[in-house]
Amino acid sequence: MSSFVSQFKAAASVKTADLRHRQVIRTALRSYEVVRDKRKASFQSWESARQAAAETKWEAVNHLDTHLEALTAKLEARGTKVHWASNAAQAREIITKILQDKKARSIIKSKAMTSEEIHLNDALEKAGFTVVESDLGEFIVQLRHEPPYHIVFPSMHLTRGEIKELFQRELGDAPSDSPEDLTMVARRVMRQKYLTADVGFTGANFAIAETGMISITENEGNARLTAALPKTMVTLLGIEKVLPKFADLALFLPMLATAGAGQPMTCYNTMYSGPRQAGEVDGPEEWHVVLLDNRRTELLADPEQRDALHCIRCGACLNVCPIFRNVGGHTYGTTYSGPVGSVITPHLRGLQDWKHLSNASSLCGGCTEACPVKIDLHHHLLHNRRNASTSEPAFFERLSYKAFGLLANEPGLWWLAKKIGWLTQPLQKLVKGSALDPAKAWTKTRDLPPLPQETFKDWWKNRKPTQP
Amino acid sequence: MSERENILGRIREALQTKAPLPGSHTAGGSTTHAISDSPAAQAREWLPLVGATPVEQIALFAKNAADLKADFQPLASRADLKPALLRLRDAENWQRIASHQGELSSLAANALGLPVLWTDTGYDVQAMEQCDAGITECDALIAQTGGVAVTSRSAGGRALSVLPPHHIVIARRDQLVADLPAAFALLQQKYTPDFPSMISFITGPSRTGDIERILVLGAHGPKKLTIFCV
Repeated sequence: MSSFVSQFKAAASVKTADLRHRQVIRTALRSYEVVRDKRKASFQSWESARQAAAETKWEAVNHLDTHLEALTAKLEARGTKVHWASNAAQAREIITKILQDKKARSIIKSKAMTSEEIHLNDALEKAGFTVVESDLGEFIVQLRHEPPYHIVFPSMHLTRGEIKELFQRELGDAPSDSPEDLTMVARRVMRQKYLTADVGFTGANFAIAETGMISITENEGNARLTAALPKTMVTLLGIEKVLPKFADLALFLPMLATAGAGQPMTCYNTMYSGPRQAGEVDGPEEWHVVLLDNRRTELLADPEQRDALHCIRCGACLNVCPIFRNVGGHTYGTTYSGPVGSVITPHLRGLQDWKHLSNASSLCGGCTEACPVKIDLHHHLLHNRRNASTSEPAFFERLSYKAFGLLANEPGLWWLAKKIGWLTQPLQKLVKGSALDPAKAWTKTRDLPPLPQETFKDWWKNRKPTQP
Repeated sequence: MSERENILGRIREALQTKAPLPGSHTAGGSTTHAISDSPAAQAREWLPLVGATPVEQIALFAKNAADLKADFQPLASRADLKPALLRLRDAENWQRIASHQGELSSLAANALGLPVLWTDTGYDVQAMEQCDAGITECDALIAQTGGVAVTSRSAGGRALSVLPPHHIVIARRDQLVADLPAAFALLQQKYTPDFPSMISFITGPSRTGDIERILVLGAHGPKKLTIFCV
């Protein structure tokens, strides 16, 4: 068993029994489905919008090379420096080099899952830079030295009491545990950091090929400030973020807000097309855009699951997933958690190490239904299971299916197996869940149903015909 | 070979196999219908409905702005702007403000009788941070969302609309557009090929829900957003 699967199992069994965790997540998501459904209902046709969004992303991803070339040509024409990184190490190197060339010391960051993916903060801190996360949720988890719990709501696993204690301990400032007061503490701390940071770092939600723009969606205004005040700006994004046309945003921005948080529009949706231009009064003098592959092209090479690159990271599939809600975001041990994380992580980090995530699913299909760009998530979990067992079949699994096939094809053997089962089932009770039980992974937490005394066949044979 | 060529090479190789169109479960690309050149072009038919008349649209804008906790004040004439601004100044005890040169923004900023930080020829960010309000113009008001669109050219740069604690937008009534597709079309028509380096759709004052998903206004940007329409 790989260490990743044993870590997953250990963490999952702790979290699923943690009633406090369950309560906190329930509180955090209590109104999500209500407001999301209200917003969806305000669309004239949410379903048509989903189909169009899926087709737009299909077009973008299936002509990714031409769109990326158009994007970079437009960006470069207005003075933006575009960098290409095949993997995480290259991306870290490029960004570190930019900071060193600028003789930067402090970096203010707005939320970027790609930076989590390449473990940028660790690398920058080791290289001697000061990195501050400006998104409130990211700032909170950064103070706790832990990864974000959820791709959209990084600190949703924490209560106000815990955040108050954290601020008291780390910042020496926490007037009360009201969310309002705590937010104002973060606002005060961050203000001076925006004004003095050498470099502003951002992620991206979309990139527009037609006009050469990067679009950033946020509620707090932290990305706006990050992209306005420091002299140098660095943006890291996955190559799959591209959309063909400027006008596509008129559809994607409200859909992202609706699916992600049940908002009609996120508070700030901002498109950047260059560093400060002639005649403009502020903005960075230099803008570096780093395009990250990091095995996205591996996923692209799988036509069956290519649509997983449509993902706009809204988090809707996490919010509705019964597994996510019970095992929690950190249990996955991945940058991208929940159903979409379980689909893409095996592609990004190796199928055999991460195939267990595809089994951590009830296959209820809630994720597929919630996805605003119609990624066939729960079928892809099945595809991953199939691919994993084809490329490296599990011996015991193969043996049991062989045995079952044999029994099911031979009525005599089937009859015998039933009789043996009926005779030995009482013995199973004695060893249930213990080391002697061959099915203990299943029976440790579940009861086997008793085998019936009379089979359907026997009942059919012995039934008394009733008068109509 | 450069990384750019490596990545583009891997993409081209991967795309040699066709992917099924959205909504179909089978690989192989044996689908017969092609997707349109711009599937999102009909977005207007699917997004939330907006009334056709200006009266309906301004009412919808007012309702949406109120839901977002923005303060929307349609004014009968430009003469009403000064008293409305003075009320805000006195209520919040403004000492200094920041703004940019523009027909409406200058009119508003000069009406207050306060020191004004003009961003047009460059400004000191620490000084802007001390300002009590930032007054800007905008490119569009969007009835469908209750938000405004600003750019680095129309709204005094990137920081003015987001650094001071109160953002005041002065808009003309004819800047109201029905929906998001109209706003994007307007921006594209107005600025192609020389876009401002920043275009921002501002939909309500800055907010966060990162602590127990409870709404708090003024996370990093303005705590208040007031939109005057003359």
